[in-house]
Amino acid sequence: MTAAVALQLPPSVAATQACCAHCGATAPAGARFCCGGCEAAYAIVRELDLDSYYLRRTLDPSRPPPRPDKVDVIEPAAYAEACGDNQYRIELAVHGLHCAACVWLVESVLGREPEVIRARLNATTGRLSLAWTGRREVADRLARRIAALGYRVAPIAADDARAIGDETAGLLRAMLVAGFAAANVMLLSVAVWAGAAGEMGAATRDLLHWISAAIALPALLYAGRPFARSAWSAIRAGHANMDVPITIGITLTALVSLHETALGGAHAYFESATMLVFFLLVGRYLDRRVRGRARSGVAHFLALSRVPAQVIRADGRLETVTPAALSTGDRMQVASGDRLPADGVLVSEATLIDTSLLTGEAMPRTVRRGALLHAGTVNLGPPIAVEVTAKGERTLVAEIARLVAEAEGGRAAYRMLADRVARRYAPTVHAIAAASFIGWIALAGADWRDAMLVAAAVLIITCPCALALAVPASGLVAASRLARAGTLLKSPTALERLAEIDTIVFDKTGTLTRGRPTLIRDGIADADLAAAAAIAAVSRHPLSRAVVEAASTVNPRTDVTEHPGLGLEAGAVRLGSRAFCGIDDRADAVGPELWLARPDHPPVRFRFEDPLRSDAVETVRRLQASGYRLALLSGDRPATVRHVAAELGIEDWAAGLTPAGKAARIAALAQHGARVLMIGDGLNDAPALAAAHASLAPALASDATSGAADAVFQGERLGAVVSLLDTARAAHRIARQNLLFALAYNAVAVPLAVAGGVTPLIAALAMSSSSMVVVGNALRLDRRRPA
Amino acid sequence: MNALLLLIPIALLLGLGGLALCLWAARSGQFDDLDGAGSRILFDDDKPIRRTKP
Repeated sequence: MTAAVALQLPPSVAATQACCAHCGATAPAGARFCCGGCEAAYAIVRELDLDSYYLRRTLDPSRPPPRPDKVDVIEPAAYAEACGDNQYRIELAVHGLHCAACVWLVESVLGREPEVIRARLNATTGRLSLAWTGRREVADRLARRIAALGYRVAPIAADDARAIGDETAGLLRAMLVAGFAAANVMLLSVAVWAGAAGEMGAATRDLLHWISAAIALPALLYAGRPFARSAWSAIRAGHANMDVPITIGITLTALVSLHETALGGAHAYFESATMLVFFLLVGRYLDRRVRGRARSGVAHFLALSRVPAQVIRADGRLETVTPAALSTGDRMQVASGDRLPADGVLVSEATLIDTSLLTGEAMPRTVRRGALLHAGTVNLGPPIAVEVTAKGERTLVAEIARLVAEAEGGRAAYRMLADRVARRYAPTVHAIAAASFIGWIALAGADWRDAMLVAAAVLIITCPCALALAVPASGLVAASRLARAGTLLKSPTALERLAEIDTIVFDKTGTLTRGRPTLIRDGIADADLAAAAAIAAVSRHPLSRAVVEAASTVNPRTDVTEHPGLGLEAGAVRLGSRAFCGIDDRADAVGPELWLARPDHPPVRFRFEDPLRSDAVETVRRLQASGYRLALLSGDRPATVRHVAAELGIEDWAAGLTPAGKAARIAALAQHGARVLMIGDGLNDAPALAAAHASLAPALASDATSGAADAVFQGERLGAVVSLLDTARAAHRIARQNLLFALAYNAVAVPLAVAGGVTPLIAALAMSSSSMVVVGNALRLDRRRPA
Repeated sequence: MNALLLLIPIALLLGLGGLALCLWAARSGQFDDLDGAGSRILFDDDKPIRRTKP
């Protein structure tokens, strides 16, 4: 393991390069830390004697480094719940976990606080459950403690947290009970079948049937509820889903078997019913667990948007209130690096605003007095005063969330392939069962008990085990294969919709490109770069960061002042915009740029680009070769978008679009019959993602975007799109094969059952073998070579 | 066949015991964090979280 190897290295290794000893980001040469926050975090870890954290961890370069920011220390005390005597508990979402060592560090740091009774951080969901004794307000101190280590913390309302866990937990319990019942009933049934050759007496057989009934009936009542509930709501909505024939089949089988047992009959079908329920629950539980993870991501995003506000009262006092307590017309103060809790108009002179959460664009905007600022954006300039114009449900973030919900409502109408089949299948099967019941009485003169047994056999043999597994099995194999490659599927119907795609629409920034500016090194002397980096080191501006990143050595100057929207000044040296540096150069600016002006030196221009993802060109070419129509929709300026589109060879592009505009474009494409896959990362893409036939977002996207998308891909490579579409098509093909097989199986088995030739032994054999063929066929998907 | 009267209850009781164990494990959240559980054993802490008596 990495941990074992790392343990042999001296602790100083982490600090020998120009890497911050705490967060691993570039640090000024000679310095051990990139900023004061990291130094403090390091001190906490040292003081608690937890330094082995630095040896054990593996930082994930695709995630933000664990750098403590002033941003988003949300005071969670209000969300704490009293439990028992003088004790409180709370659920917190922790963002920025890299590996198991992070989990260990957070738990250990909290565990050493004297009040803490329990601190358990779930590595899968990033949820921390915390319990302590003493006062409610202790929560604030504990949250600040975690934030000081470089993780972002936000309270989750207890209801949100529970709703997500409850369904999966219920399915798991049902699955365990069904598994127990299926195994034991099958054991008894095998004895009955073996004894049927002659040695077992009727009394023993009846006893075994009664014991089977005693196990199977309560188990079916308990474990069958998820299907019954879903079937009931489908029937009430006026259509049939797969759960309807399942529920009817199980119920009738159980009742007929009970009736047979009571009359001392030779045949009971308890094992078929319990096995069926168990198989189906396994599939459903696995499916829900994958999606529960995705849903909790959305809940965490909602938690993060709850930033407390600082209201400036009439007498100049500052008061901290929750965003809900703000009213229109209030003046709030937003410190440097803080997120805006509500929409508002800027009252201060000017500042820099990072809108990346809303637009996905990495470059902050300069805003002046009177500009409208949105909740969720971050103030990168000096402290500002803002007059509140909208809060909560009325802010832009909430508005986008509403657009997403609306568009998703439309998509919910999508019928799954399995459901489409079920709609025809269920009535047919029930008609055949009823017909054979009547037929045996009317034509063959059988008594109603025998006729009932035949009807039950028909229902069992057709009980859509293979049919119900046909589609989920291929979906599950495809999903786990994709998950190993870093693509997470969230929607149950995503694969089917992805298989139908013919048009792909890309967002630009952060999707086709990396989403952060990089310095173009051409023609810049090392000495100039070092001088610029020395000044840029103090700034949070993305361009400054890019300069610092490009420089090999950085000796930060301490005498730097930042002029928001203009640049940085240190003595006579200036780094910033053309006008700020007093340069009279009319050269065309293609992308963002910085100028370095020093006395006695010619001014130096630094140009930046947002580079394409490394395999963007190749991916676009491969998608075009596979026959997909490609388009590029961006909120960015036309010049930049045209440049990127030309580089990639995408002919169909549009620039300067609003979130609603993007969604409208997608809707227009859909109206002309296109099945659109939207790929985007910004919150501004969220409505478009929800409006498209299927959608995909990079994992680094804002959580709301990942919430709206059907699938999320991790890592730097855009090639994930190609393999996703390939796998979706393969999964669809296999699902169709499975369905065909299941129908063919029924075509053979149903006449046999109608003719009265199916005993419980044959039913069990037929059911399990058909299920195994279907699952086996689905597993073939996993053996295909990666595209 | 008399042996059945003894053996079947024993088998069922053992099975029920297993089921109860699984249900307890599910209820106490042992299946909640399958990713974390695997790596947790690698972080043997010398000073575990103290359990204060209520």
